[in-house]
Amino acid sequence: MSTAHQKLERHSLGFAMMILMVASIGGIVEIAPLFTIENTVEEVEGMRPYTPLELAGRDIYVREGCYACHSQMIRTLRSDVERYGHYSLAAESMYDHPFQWGSKRTGPDLARIGGKYSDDWHVAHLEAPRELVPGSVMPGYAFLSETRLSTGHLPAALKALSRAGVPYTDAQIENAEKDAVWQADFEQNFEGELQESYGANVQVRDFDGQPGRLTEMDALVAYLQMLGTLVDFDSLNLEEVNR
Amino acid sequence: MQRSVSFENAAILAALSLVLLGGLAILGWGVPLGYVLHGWLIALAAGWGILWMLNRISDGPAEVPLEYNDKVIRYGVIAALIWGIIGFAVGDIIAWQLAVPSLNGDMSWSNFGRLRPVHTSGVIFGFGGNALIATSFYVVQRTSRARLASETLPWLVFWGYNLFLVVAASGYPLGITQSKEYAEPEWYADLLLLVIWIGYLTLYLRTLARRAEPHIYVANWYYLAFIVVIAMLHTVNNLSVPVSIAYPKSYSLFSGTQDAMTQWWYGHNAVGFLLTAGFLGMLYYFLPKAVNRPVYSYRMSIVGFWGITFLYLWAGSHHLHYTALPDWVQYLGMTMSIILLVPSWASVFNGILTINGAWDKVRTDPAVRFMMVAVLFYGLSTFEGSFMAIRPVNSLSHYTDWTVGHVHAGALGWVAFITFGAMYKMVPWVWKREGVYSLKLEAWHFWLALSGTLIYVGAMWNSGITQSLMWQTYDADGAFLYSFLDSVIEMHPYYVARAVGGLLYLIGACIGAYNIYMTVSGPRKTETRQSGPLAQPAE
Repeated sequence: MSTAHQKLERHSLGFAMMILMVASIGGIVEIAPLFTIENTVEEVEGMRPYTPLELAGRDIYVREGCYACHSQMIRTLRSDVERYGHYSLAAESMYDHPFQWGSKRTGPDLARIGGKYSDDWHVAHLEAPRELVPGSVMPGYAFLSETRLSTGHLPAALKALSRAGVPYTDAQIENAEKDAVWQADFEQNFEGELQESYGANVQVRDFDGQPGRLTEMDALVAYLQMLGTLVDFDSLNLEEVNR
Repeated sequence: MQRSVSFENAAILAALSLVLLGGLAILGWGVPLGYVLHGWLIALAAGWGILWMLNRISDGPAEVPLEYNDKVIRYGVIAALIWGIIGFAVGDIIAWQLAVPSLNGDMSWSNFGRLRPVHTSGVIFGFGGNALIATSFYVVQRTSRARLASETLPWLVFWGYNLFLVVAASGYPLGITQSKEYAEPEWYADLLLLVIWIGYLTLYLRTLARRAEPHIYVANWYYLAFIVVIAMLHTVNNLSVPVSIAYPKSYSLFSGTQDAMTQWWYGHNAVGFLLTAGFLGMLYYFLPKAVNRPVYSYRMSIVGFWGITFLYLWAGSHHLHYTALPDWVQYLGMTMSIILLVPSWASVFNGILTINGAWDKVRTDPAVRFMMVAVLFYGLSTFEGSFMAIRPVNSLSHYTDWTVGHVHAGALGWVAFITFGAMYKMVPWVWKREGVYSLKLEAWHFWLALSGTLIYVGAMWNSGITQSLMWQTYDADGAFLYSFLDSVIEMHPYYVARAVGGLLYLIGACIGAYNIYMTVSGPRKTETRQSGPLAQPAE
């Protein structure tokens, strides 16, 4: 071994190539098959791409770095499942660019937060967490209620995501701005159109308690309220999709 | 007057022009203010770089001194210290935010989520990265007995890297982030780093190529592994689709499970190759130098090096135990993580046994003490890491403060200790001073840093295990005994203790920076002695 290595030590470029070769094996074996093995991501009903408003909310979640304290991954452990609900399926984050499974729970897991609390609760809690939950260490996000949601980039955002593999239709991309406004419309005038375009599980209403005003709070609450609600676990045949 | 432009200069000018064009495009088309400012910053820096290059070219080839190029190393030391103090300070601020939540200020830029990456990038890439670049330049020249292969590239690498850091760290408070842990900078900052990294790799390989020693010394293997593997990880994990040139925002090319695995392949190996391999390079040069003993075992170096280079890349999936990642990857990651302990501890024993015969220096020389404790913490955190990768242990430790404690045992105890030890040796050497200004202050720094680390890690072990047990405790009827909030409230004393530990560490680092400042502003060594004959003059 030593003599062979002594030869290698004499060639800087060869040494660098050897490092690259040896170091790339692990990734090739562990990552590449995840793209080709079919049962890595189950096929389950109900999964759909984010609506533009939900996506805008998700972008805010990403922007604020929420993942630093909140996971979105219910593990198969009993204590996880009983506290947060059915363990997360791979399919449930199939449209997540990037994934937000997190690595730390300073606050609770949010994978199934959708529908657990009212919109009003979320708005009040985000604005002043300790008013509702004394003892919480979460920062306040009142500024979200005061910031108008910018929607101008949404068509480009959906387009970028479709390039990364999310199946948005051309019509969805084209209507992204309008759809975002419609979803937070307090009169729910266009609920039918949105559900026809994205599916029956789209929630349409004014989320931030400020009718007629589209804020970042609308988007974030719309996102939080749909988290974990897409897959109907009562009608899911677990045997069929189990890893 | 017609002059021929060398290939190197042409390549550098082309790269700088690309960066300039990128900066101009951002400032021209960009919409969000912070993003436009980044465009200006990048364009101005690249423009300044082009003018500087053109000036040098028109001046004609300057006389290259027959000595090591140490000036850029001095800049690297200063940059590392500045980023270190920024990174430690922001870290302590966000530690206090967890203890006293009103300190968040509830403004967008001041909240925990936006400041945390300033801390992590500041210490890992700012402090650690600059320290690695500076020491790698020092080590590769000495062990090759050759001057750095270029007069311009070292400066472009140094300034370019720090430009990347400024763009990255100023973006987070403005909300410009990918929110992929330790890979937060957005696509344009990533591209900038890629260009700089290619320059760094080229410079390093070309300097090695002109070495006067037949063999490449072991410290260089580690620095080389750090440069090569970080290039691979950075490129693959940051593949993304930008929304458009008008916005800093991009979407990761991969999604869900695949994105998670790619991210932790990256995340774990940023630890493996930046925070481990790079600093082992530092250890393998500065420890033998400081104790004036040869490295204990050549064979152990080889086993340690290739073991780490091969195994680390398999271990990332232990960050995803019990998740939606396929089980086979989880088990494979766990197995490799346990085997990884062997090459890790080979380096530990190699380090400790190198001190044999010079143990008195641990008592008399605080720099050696820094390095010895660094090796011990390296041994502790690699053991802890392999232990936490075991699934049942992970079910207790994951998502808790124990992980945070583990990372800081490595970062504070190993990475920063070996860096400070190496700096206390290298600073007098590159500034040609007799020695460090004050050994007493150096010892103060050591004890403050050690007690800070122990308080920090101890608090996080306690809080992590408490948290996890509270989450998993049932009453007699099988219902949870504690709400999640109960576990948050229980953390308060530990969060205060952790912030105090961090403060001690910060104070120690400030004393260290003062000590180094006084060393530098002190008198030059009277007789300058070359540390080794320089065999290869630069072209």
